[in-house]
Amino acid sequence: MSGKNNAATVTLPSAQEIVMERIFNAPRELVFKAYTDPDLIPRWWGPRRYTTTVDKLDVRAGGVWRFIQHDAAGNEFAFNGVYREVVPPARLSYTFEFEGLPGHIIVETVTFEEHAGQTKVSVTGFFESAEDRDGMLTSGMEEGANESNDRLAELLATLV
Amino acid sequence: MLAEQPLTLNGVAEHFEISRPAISKHMKILAECGLVVIRQRGRERYCEVQPAKLNEVSTWVEQYRQTWEQRFDRLDEYLNQQSREESQHERKK
Repeated sequence: MSGKNNAATVTLPSAQEIVMERIFNAPRELVFKAYTDPDLIPRWWGPRRYTTTVDKLDVRAGGVWRFIQHDAAGNEFAFNGVYREVVPPARLSYTFEFEGLPGHIIVETVTFEEHAGQTKVSVTGFFESAEDRDGMLTSGMEEGANESNDRLAELLATLV
Repeated sequence: MLAEQPLTLNGVAEHFEISRPAISKHMKILAECGLVVIRQRGRERYCEVQPAKLNEVSTWVEQYRQTWEQRFDRLDEYLNQQSREESQHERKK
């Protein structure tokens, strides 16, 4: 009974934005809690084959978050950001940065709307520039270093 | 524009209201990213699109989408599990 029957809808309203929506069978207080509770985030935020730990989580405007994904070989991939807006249980906005590729910031805005006991979650990923979005792929070019590309490949592997 | 045919920098510049040096600068960045290739043909330099690289860009969007799809699946599982536990709890009362 998992939600395969209601896959996310994806739209690309501009070159800088991707929007994903999904409906969950739960009241929005519960969904919002899953997004903001340090005990619940590890249960869904990372890929199944990684263990996710919450290093920092200060859910208020200006507060910092930092999550770490650990693989079986002991590698760690850390992600961090700063909350920009926190409006429980309706809206969250925060920056997202992979520490392996610093400087490429995505602003994610999540809204929670409840209808008849179900909650529509909408996630907007906003790339500060289209170049930044594309730069996630090609950022290794500037330094001419393969390391960034390797790390990017590792990141992409963690995200799939 | 470049998808249709390779163009010279002047050819590209004709389509935009920005200066040719600005076009040149933008094109240089695209070339550094591997999204276009600039080839010398005689006296002119032509800009060509590299479709494979553009695909990588859409691949990235796809990766981002998959990341969220996976998170949504796991979140859905968690929420369903919660509501099952809650209804069992209700029954025990």
